[in-house]
Amino acid sequence: MNFAVLQFPASNCDQDAIHAVRVLGHSARYVWHKDSSLGDADAVIVPGGFSYGDYLRCGAIARFSPVMQAVKQFADNGGLVIGICNGFQILTEAGLLPGALIRNRSLQFRCEHIFLKTITHDSPFTCNIPQGKLLRVPIAHGEGCFFADAETIARLRAGNQILWQYVNSEGELTDDANPNGAVENIAGICNDRRNVAGLMPHPERACEAMLGSDDGRLIFDSMIRSLQSKTTAKAA
Amino acid sequence: MPRVRTAKIVLASLGRVSQDSGPHLQVRQAFDMKAKIIITPKKAVLDPQGKTVQNALEHMGYGGIGAVHVGKYLEIELQNSDKETARKQLDEACHKFLSNPVIEDYRLEIE
Repeated sequence: MNFAVLQFPASNCDQDAIHAVRVLGHSARYVWHKDSSLGDADAVIVPGGFSYGDYLRCGAIARFSPVMQAVKQFADNGGLVIGICNGFQILTEAGLLPGALIRNRSLQFRCEHIFLKTITHDSPFTCNIPQGKLLRVPIAHGEGCFFADAETIARLRAGNQILWQYVNSEGELTDDANPNGAVENIAGICNDRRNVAGLMPHPERACEAMLGSDDGRLIFDSMIRSLQSKTTAKAA
Repeated sequence: MPRVRTAKIVLASLGRVSQDSGPHLQVRQAFDMKAKIIITPKKAVLDPQGKTVQNALEHMGYGGIGAVHVGKYLEIELQNSDKETARKQLDEACHKFLSNPVIEDYRLEIE
């Protein structure tokens, strides 16, 4: 599978994302923010960082890049798009995902490993994660507190669009396990069509045991598995 | 769109104001209207900055403070445009770009 990894001025997790995909045995290439085509990409990763210096609001300026028009079109056609950290912020600003990411309630930049509980396996981003498996992955953000109004949260719940929540090592949904104050400990969501997802934690930094955890690869594995089954279905 | 020659963003929390420089001063003579945009977090949104500033003010001994909200202030200098057109266009820009309606409210003044 071919992954396109976007590069904005001040993206800084783009190389990690490329590396993670290659470690999984697939191909990945950079797509510059001024490009208006994604080429033959099967999936898109909007990586973390501080695009455009986080000026105005995180992701507010990146969403107007020419490449984001291509991403919108790609998503409208059903293509898989995952936004990680700043990528999640960009996707919410672009209106591809609901809600917004605001300043952590602690006002601190939090850089640590956390535990994620997968809430639904019914998505291309979670389908290959074993039942009951907690993902231990790092976070590194100052503005990762997911916010949406009560109506939106109810809609996310009803549509089974909450993909991951922050939990403690026992898998319990507690306030202590919430690193940023996110509504209902939400770490990641998908759109109602289930082809666009965003999450604050960094699965791409947890794809090899030597990095302390390889749980993150389960998310990319899920995407690859989902893409492969689509290709097989098309061929049949 | 009216020509936006200069946009200054002042973060109230930091009290930062950009400094005028030589060429910048020349630009400043040319504008004939100024838009002032105040962006604040919606009431339902967690505002830890506001809460922290409030705590600090109370700690310093300032009494009678009900709540503090930290937002953003933008000044946009306008040229060659009538007030109503400028208002319409800036209102659209505020909604689409300068503020995020999910988490923020804005107030637009043109003078």
